[in-house]
Amino acid sequence: MRFFELKKNLKKDFSGLKKTRVALLGDSSTQFLNQALRGYGYEVGQNLEIFEADYNQIEQQITDNSSELYQFDPEFLVLFQSTTKLLKSFYQEDKAGKTSFAENQKNKVSDWLEIMRDKGLRAKVICFNFPELDDSVFGNFSNKTSTSFIYQLRKLNFELMELARETKNLFICDVSLLQNRFGINHVFDMRNYIEADMVFSLDFIPSLAKSILDIMLANSGVFKKCLILDLDNTIWGGIIGDDGIQSIEIGDLGMGKAFSELQAWAKQLKERGILLAVCSKNNEEIAKEPFEKHPDMVLRLEDISIFVANWDSKVDNINSIKNFLNIGYDSMVFVDDNPFERNVVREHLPDVTVPELPEDPAEYMPFLRSLNLFETASFTDEDEHRTRQFHEEAKRVVLQKSFTNENDFLKSLNMTCTIKPFLDFDIPRVAQLIQRSNQFNLRTVRYSEDEVRKVAKSNEYFHGSFSLKDKFGDHGLISAVILKKIEKSLFIDTWIMSCRVLKRGVECLVLNKIIQAAKEIGFNEIIGEYLPTPKNALVKDHYLKLDFTPMADGRWILDVPQSQARATFIEYSGSL
Amino acid sequence: MNSEQVMQDVNKIFIDVLDNEAIVLSRETTAADVEDWDSLNHIQLVVGIEKHFKVKFTSQEIRSWKNVGEMCDALANSLRAISA
Repeated sequence: MRFFELKKNLKKDFSGLKKTRVALLGDSSTQFLNQALRGYGYEVGQNLEIFEADYNQIEQQITDNSSELYQFDPEFLVLFQSTTKLLKSFYQEDKAGKTSFAENQKNKVSDWLEIMRDKGLRAKVICFNFPELDDSVFGNFSNKTSTSFIYQLRKLNFELMELARETKNLFICDVSLLQNRFGINHVFDMRNYIEADMVFSLDFIPSLAKSILDIMLANSGVFKKCLILDLDNTIWGGIIGDDGIQSIEIGDLGMGKAFSELQAWAKQLKERGILLAVCSKNNEEIAKEPFEKHPDMVLRLEDISIFVANWDSKVDNINSIKNFLNIGYDSMVFVDDNPFERNVVREHLPDVTVPELPEDPAEYMPFLRSLNLFETASFTDEDEHRTRQFHEEAKRVVLQKSFTNENDFLKSLNMTCTIKPFLDFDIPRVAQLIQRSNQFNLRTVRYSEDEVRKVAKSNEYFHGSFSLKDKFGDHGLISAVILKKIEKSLFIDTWIMSCRVLKRGVECLVLNKIIQAAKEIGFNEIIGEYLPTPKNALVKDHYLKLDFTPMADGRWILDVPQSQARATFIEYSGSL
Repeated sequence: MNSEQVMQDVNKIFIDVLDNEAIVLSRETTAADVEDWDSLNHIQLVVGIEKHFKVKFTSQEIRSWKNVGEMCDALANSLRAISA
């Protein structure tokens, strides 16, 4: 998008969009970035309330207790330091200072983070890294001396990655990578810099705003979970039904390399936890043949969570993929070489992301990479196993069909559940579930990992994680509750569950454990609350179904002494 | 394209960038005469003009203009240089 278009958005109606408080601190002018952020926010359904600190006030805002930053209490803090300013301070250093420059700069950022943490700022910090600038003092020899600017800049970018790895609430906005894509002449406008200390060009600022919003959205639980692939002329060249397995282009044959690259990319995404689905107009048996037999295929059937090949409309097929995977349309990306299919899907399923794939397969990968479709805010061990879980799920579905009685089916699953208070080891997964769960989420409070750690340490809460296994496999950690002790009642602050385990009786088991916890400390009331979002209608009647009584203020109450444990078919161990 | 035709296009760009239909530029118009024509919007105006006419100004040129007339003359010169 162009900057002018983003600026025009500022006059549009933001009411009804999700509000997010963002602080913008820069060592250079930030006015255009401010406008572009708010304007781009409109495009992605966000009403960003932005506090823009005065020019070059990072240090003051962070160190002063009474600064506007702390009064504003942002959810996100954008920290923008420019390469031009970095160069200036580098030149002021003596030889020793130059050699330790990256280290010192990293420590400065790390000190700021610590100060903000000490002062109770909960914001997630989005820190820009530094696009490279060749100052032509050492030439290529820069790589051989630690006193050169480019040596220290690259080292600093690396140090910032290390710092982000260690610091949960720190995210890096990779401006350096953006500059690699667009080129320095596009990114910088020296005239703006000289005139107004504005380092970025107007043409570049929208890309920067998008990158920042990508990080924010991923942190708010808005991100892609599934890649749906067409087959013919999308993941291989040619038409399998006409050309046959020997003639499709893959590997070294014809344009094969372009398609192999796309497959290799999809495979990496799968290993990162993105679910792969196939949606193709084909005979299923013929369509599966390359996955089973072609030596050059990178993708195999076990990489695909759900394989749909038939002659029905792709809209219907994507709909059944969605139902099987139990995810929202807005978390799906559909890649198809056929403009007709793309347009039909766009028209009927506007929330599905449909990239306008270039005509030339050689351009597929450069184009898809440029979109940054799969931003994420976390990566845990469970992500790697997600596809396997769906294969196990397919077996369960087959088993379920063989039973007429639901209870007999549940019994036959041999389910076991492990219940634990939040332990260090589990907290990353708990936090991820809190970020991701949209449907089975009663109040949609998005705690960060740090906040979950605080809850785990506090005496004010009960907390518990639930991990489920059955005879087909391990679901892993699939549910969590946070209960706040308020006077003599237990308030269900958070109750989330993965939709993979709906209708297994887990929610009854969770309630039993909540009641048990209340009884142990002699509380007579459990209070629940449902806060509606566009996505959690699934649990609208959750408390009604569990025999809670409505209260005058819309919340729900359960009388502990009157309530009894509910029957489930789950063996369990442990408690909150 | 003469200075007058250039001025008409420039006027449209001002209306678009400053989002103000009432703007009527003359050769003598300066930043002080137009609401919202501050240094930030000036950058956007220059970028808008550069894109529209496919020209590029130097910082010194941009600084030297005293009013709209001088800006349009510089623009007309650049355009003549391109077509020549």
